[in-house]
Amino acid sequence: MNKTIEEINGKIRNGEAVILNAEEIIGYVAEHGIKKTAKNVDVVTTATFGPMCSSGAFLNFGHSDPPIRMTKTWLNDVPAYSGIAAVDAYIGATELSESEGMAYGGAHVIQDLIDKKPVKLRATSYGTDCYPRREIETFITIENLNQAYLFNPRNAYQNYAAATNSSKKTIYTYMGKLMPNMGNVTYSSAGQLSPLLNDPYCRTIGIGTRIFLAGAEGYVAWHGTQHNPQRQRLANGTPSGPAATIAVIGDLKKMSTKYLRAATFYNYGVSLYVGIGIPIPVIDEEMVEFLSVKDEDIYTEIFDYSVQRRNKPSYGKVNYGQLRSGNVELRGEKVLTGCLSSYKTALEIADVLKSWIIKKSFYLTNPVCQLPSEQKVNVLNVLSEDEL
Amino acid sequence: MATKRLVLTFPEKIVTKPITYRLVKDFDIQFNILRAEITADIEGKILLELKGDKDKIEAGINYLLSEGITIQDASKDIIIDKEKCVNCGLCPSLCITKALIINRQSYELVFEKNKCILCGFCENCCPVNAIKLKI
Ligand code: SF4
Ligand code: SF4
Repeated sequence: MNKTIEEINGKIRNGEAVILNAEEIIGYVAEHGIKKTAKNVDVVTTATFGPMCSSGAFLNFGHSDPPIRMTKTWLNDVPAYSGIAAVDAYIGATELSESEGMAYGGAHVIQDLIDKKPVKLRATSYGTDCYPRREIETFITIENLNQAYLFNPRNAYQNYAAATNSSKKTIYTYMGKLMPNMGNVTYSSAGQLSPLLNDPYCRTIGIGTRIFLAGAEGYVAWHGTQHNPQRQRLANGTPSGPAATIAVIGDLKKMSTKYLRAATFYNYGVSLYVGIGIPIPVIDEEMVEFLSVKDEDIYTEIFDYSVQRRNKPSYGKVNYGQLRSGNVELRGEKVLTGCLSSYKTALEIADVLKSWIIKKSFYLTNPVCQLPSEQKVNVLNVLSEDEL
Repeated sequence: MATKRLVLTFPEKIVTKPITYRLVKDFDIQFNILRAEITADIEGKILLELKGDKDKIEAGINYLLSEGITIQDASKDIIIDKEKCVNCGLCPSLCITKALIINRQSYELVFEKNKCILCGFCENCCPVNAIKLKI
C-alpha cells in the first residue's frame, strides 16, 4: 500500500498517525513483516547528534550610529567572516579564539549566543563616505541581533570512517585520541538511527525537507559539500563509507544548547555537536525495507590515521553492532571502541521529534527538489595554471 | 602512621611480587593493592595504598624509584561532570580497566570508580571537557 505525504499529514491532523523511532521500527518489522508495517506505520523518526565541523551561523548586528561597514569582525576574540554586507557576518564553528586558542572557538560563540550570554563584538573598517566609522567595540546578545540563523554546509554524513593508530605514539585527531599500537578504534555515526542511512537513496529527504535542527524547526537547504551519492552500496542501500550529505538551515534564536554543543578535540581543534532529526514518511514497502536497517547491517571501514596522507591504509570492515559492543577484533586482538556521536542524545531527538508530530506542531513535507544522485567528489591537486 | 595512595607504572619485565615483599619486610610498610592492570605490550600499572611510618614510606618510595618504577601521587580522583557529558562514548575506548563504559540499555556513560586505576588516559579525550582529574 502506497501513501502520499498529504495522506500521512491528514492522519497526523486527525491524531491517527502511527509514529515510531528508527530503533522501534526494527522490532516492529521483525514482528509484523514488511507488508503490514507499510500499512500500519506512517512515520519513522531518525536522528543523529555528533560533532559536525562544517557548521556556522549568519548574524546581522544592525547599524551603529555613525554606521560602520565591518571589514574585520571578532566575537569574543574569535574572527568572524564579514566580507559580505556592512553588518552581516558568518561565524564558523571551527574558528579559534585569538586569545584562548583551542579552548574557545566559533562553536563556543554560537553556544554562548543561544544561552543568551553577552558576547563582545569588535570590528574594524577602512571607512567610507556612507560608513564613516572605522572601529567599534560593544556587547551583543542574541536577542538584539536582527537575524541569527544556523547554516551548516555539510551535516548528517551518510556513514563515516572508523579510525585507529598503528604508530608508536598517541595521536590527537578529529576522530579523537588514538592510542599507539592500535590501542583503540573510534567511530562517529548514529548507525541504525542515522537519517541518511534510513533513506539511503534520499527518496524522501530533499531540498526543503522540514527537520528537527538543534531543538528548533529547520530545513534541508541543499545537498551538503562533498555529497557523494555514487559510493558503492550494499544490497540494503547503505554505503560503507562517507556518501550523501545535507546542508541545513534554521533559526538560531529558537535552538537549545542541549542539542547544539561546542566541543574541543584536544590538540586538534574546535567543533560543534549538532542534533538533527528527520522524519521519514513510510510511503511504500521499499521504504520499510530501508527503515528496518539495523546496526549489524551497516558497515564501515577502519583506517589508519597515523598515515598522514589522503589515502590511508584500511584494516578492514566492521559493522556498527560490533563497534557498539565496546570492542572489535583487529589483527587477532580485541581492541576497545569509542564513539564520537551520542546514540543516547540521538534517540532522545528521535523521540522529541515524534512528540512534536503527535502534538500536531510538526508536519511532513514533500521535497521541493531531489538531492543530486549523480555527483562525485573531486580532490585538490597542486597544479600550475597550464596543467589545468 | 601515614597513608599514601600511589600509582606505580612499571615495565613489563619487573615482577611485582618481590617488590611488594620487600616493602613489607625491609620497610615495614603495609600495603593494599587497590587495582592492578598489566596489559601485554603496554606497561603495567597498579594503584597501591601504603600505610606505615612517614619516613619509612619515603624510603620505600625511593627504593621503588631505584627499581625503575614510575610513581604518581594518586590522592587524586577522576570526576565526570554529568551535566556536561553528552554520553558520546569516546572515553570508554581509552579505559583499559573498563571503569568507563556505555550501558547497553540506557546508552548512558557509567563510571565505576572502584575499577579506575587513575592512569589518566581518559583525561584529555573528552570533547566537552566533562572529565577532570582532581587532586
Ligand atoms: S568522552 Fe566526555 S562526553 Fe563523551 S561519554 Fe566520556 S565523559 Fe561523556
Ligand atoms: S583514569 Fe580514566 S582511563 Fe584510566 S582507569 Fe580511570 S577512568 Fe579509566
